[in-house]
Amino acid sequence: MFVAAMAAIIVVMVLALVRAILGPSEYDRILAVNKFGTMTTMFICVIGFLTGRPDFVDIALVYVLVNFVGTIAVLRYYEYSVPKNDSQDN
Amino acid sequence: MSMLIDIISWLAILGGSFFSITGAVGLFRFPDFYSRTHAAGMTDTLGVLLLLFGLMLQNGWDINLAKYVFILMFIYFTSPTATHALAKAAMHGGLMPAVEGEIDGEIEGEVESELDSNRDEKDKAKS
Repeated sequence: MFVAAMAAIIVVMVLALVRAILGPSEYDRILAVNKFGTMTTMFICVIGFLTGRPDFVDIALVYVLVNFVGTIAVLRYYEYSVPKNDSQDN
Repeated sequence: MSMLIDIISWLAILGGSFFSITGAVGLFRFPDFYSRTHAAGMTDTLGVLLLLFGLMLQNGWDINLAKYVFILMFIYFTSPTATHALAKAAMHGGLMPAVEGEIDGEIEGEVESELDSNRDEKDKAKS
C-alpha cells in the first residue's frame, strides 16, 4: 500500500518538474516548486514508513515550514521588484 | 477491528494518490496560469490530507501521531494561503487571465507572458 503511495508521489513530482521547466511565466514555476516541496514532505513521511524509521517525520515537519516560508519570501521579492509608476526623484 | 483500520487506510491512501495525480495532470495540461493555481492548490491540500490520514491510521498510538497532526494542520492552513498569495502577486505583476481561444497568453502561436510593460508595445504592434 505504501508502494502505491510512493509511486503516485513520484508521478506527481515528475509532472510538477515538467511544469517548472516548461512554464512560460515565472509564477508558473513558483507554483510548481511549491507543489514539489509539499510532495517532498509526503515522500519523506512515506519513506519513513517503508524503511521502518519513524523518526523521519521530524524532517518532514521542518521541511513543510521551510517550503511555505520560501514560497512567501519569493513572492515578496516579486512584489517589491515589479516596476510601479516612475519614481519621483527630485 | 484492525481489519477495518486497514481497509479505511487503504481507501484513504488510494484516494489521496488519485487526487494528487489528478491535480498534477491538471497542472500539466491547463491552458492558463490561473486555472493551474486551481488545480495545484486545491488538489494539493486534499491529496495530502487523505494521504496523511491513511498514514495516521497505520501508525498506531505513538508520538508520531501528534507530528502527523501538526503537519496536517499546517498544510491545511498554509497551502490555500500560498495559492492565494501567488495569484495576488501574479495579478499585481500584470499577468492577465486568458481570454477564450488563448493558451498561455498567446494567440496563434507566440509564447510570451504579458506584463504591463509589454502590453502597450504589443497593442501598438498589433494595431
